[in-house]
Amino acid sequence: MALDAEAVEKIAHLARLGIDAQHIPEYSRNLSDILAFVEQLDAVDTTGVVPLAHPLEATQRLRADDISETDERETFLAVAPSTEAGLYLVPKVIE
Amino acid sequence: MHRKGLTELAAGLRAGEFSSVELTRDCLDRIGRLDGGLNCFITVTEAQALEAAQAADARLKAGDAGPLTGLPFAHKDIFCTKGVKTSCGSRMLDNFPAPYDATVTRRLQEAGAVMVGKTNMDEFAMGSSSETSYYGPVKNPWDTARVPGGSSGGSAAAVAACLVPASTGTDTGGSIRQPAALCGITGLKPTYGRVSRYGMIAFASSLDQGGTFTHSAADAARLLGAMAGFDERDSTSVDRPVDDYVAQLDEPLTGLKIGLPKEYFGAGLDAGVGASVEAALEEYRKLGATLVDISLPNTHLAVPAYYVVAPAECSSNLSRFDGVRFGYRAQDPRDLADLYTRSRGEGFGAEVKRRILIGTYALSAGYYDAYYLKAQQVRRLIRDDFLRAFEAVDVIMGPTTPSTAFRLGEKAGDPVSMYLSDIYTIAANLAGLPAMSIPAGFAGGLPVGLHVIGNYFAEARLLNIGHRFQQVTDWHVQVPAGYE
Repeated sequence: MALDAEAVEKIAHLARLGIDAQHIPEYSRNLSDILAFVEQLDAVDTTGVVPLAHPLEATQRLRADDISETDERETFLAVAPSTEAGLYLVPKVIE
Repeated sequence: MHRKGLTELAAGLRAGEFSSVELTRDCLDRIGRLDGGLNCFITVTEAQALEAAQAADARLKAGDAGPLTGLPFAHKDIFCTKGVKTSCGSRMLDNFPAPYDATVTRRLQEAGAVMVGKTNMDEFAMGSSSETSYYGPVKNPWDTARVPGGSSGGSAAAVAACLVPASTGTDTGGSIRQPAALCGITGLKPTYGRVSRYGMIAFASSLDQGGTFTHSAADAARLLGAMAGFDERDSTSVDRPVDDYVAQLDEPLTGLKIGLPKEYFGAGLDAGVGASVEAALEEYRKLGATLVDISLPNTHLAVPAYYVVAPAECSSNLSRFDGVRFGYRAQDPRDLADLYTRSRGEGFGAEVKRRILIGTYALSAGYYDAYYLKAQQVRRLIRDDFLRAFEAVDVIMGPTTPSTAFRLGEKAGDPVSMYLSDIYTIAANLAGLPAMSIPAGFAGGLPVGLHVIGNYFAEARLLNIGHRFQQVTDWHVQVPAGYE
């Protein structure tokens, strides 16, 4: 399946990923090549094959609901681009 | 000193022939003199390294040394290191001092290893040439006009050029084994879940696995022993004791059954690479192994399945980079949507964007079954091929890569051709199997790697198989001109 410029822009929007308009034709070409390549999979009959999500078929481990981590709020806020009063700052979302 | 491997260096430290400070200074000095032409390192942690080396010398003197005490290593810049820049080769994390240590970082520290720096890599480990790094490409020390492979190219080239005796890497589709082959060293990707992924920046979580770069398999045994093990902080870590990899190195290979998949020796394999691999197989026959022809009929589906599964998981994992909590933030965003879109647009490079877009598309409404589900079904077929093969043989061998190191820029404009350089390595990730590349000769003056795939948790056997080969060959001790 080929992805035209409009499709690339739509996917980029879904991924919240800024792409320069001048590069869209190149993405359109590269992505179409990749999709054409992976479409080899369509030729395989996979009727009844259970998808393999984990190579060792492991299941999620459970643990007791105990507090195991200490408060690291300051450590993690310290690497954020913008914070105030213990909160992450972003542009105003409500007018 | 720089020509010695971990095993020999550990003995030298214990015998007091040299100190860890002297050894660490030697590495730092070589990095300072030689890395300008290779670009292996993003960050050199000189002050911390010397401090750790002093502490190691005190432990050695007190007779309290661990398996890696005082031994220098380089750490792929994908592993979080507390207070030290952890960039993952991306502008997105150029300003990111990790707030905590990865489990691998912590384990190596506890074992006494001395980190001398963080190595260059393809951005977010997406690439097979180490050209997609925000910090510029890494060069192959065997020919600086050529790539070292990727994504762990900085780690591989640093060991090949003897800047450090060992380094860490990660392997999602071949990112340890392919650069190890192209740089002429030993690279091991363990079984999925053997090495903790905690603090290892995620690319494709069901495929990612940490591992080692060393000259010899014996050195890899020592390093992996310290890195591997259960970690409750990684939900897919396997709770199973770690074998004594060093203890099993000398086991005889008599009766070893080596499977040779016909699909790994067909069209597309460079003749020089094929000849080196054949010669290596002959050595194994002399060591007592039997060669058995086998087939892995779904081999041709591995790369296409991978380029659905890996981008899908990448698009999900990389959604965390939003310019809010860490990493790059665009200047003066108009609103929240602009903050997300521009921070990601400016912070990520072209290959990462391609994979996010492919993954987003594959997971979007109406396409999930056709792409992701289909690829996961094919993944089972590929895994089942291996399970059947391991009923008849102990290990599988073939070339690690279809050709030797390619030229910088040669495949940069053609993603699919770049993806095909991992054609022999990717299936082991899809199946979660351990696999290793060991030096097996040269073609046109460039190193060739022999690929050895083992059954689940057969790391000790793989290392034993590598070690016995390295006792009768000297490919792994060859050093490129200018780095002797």
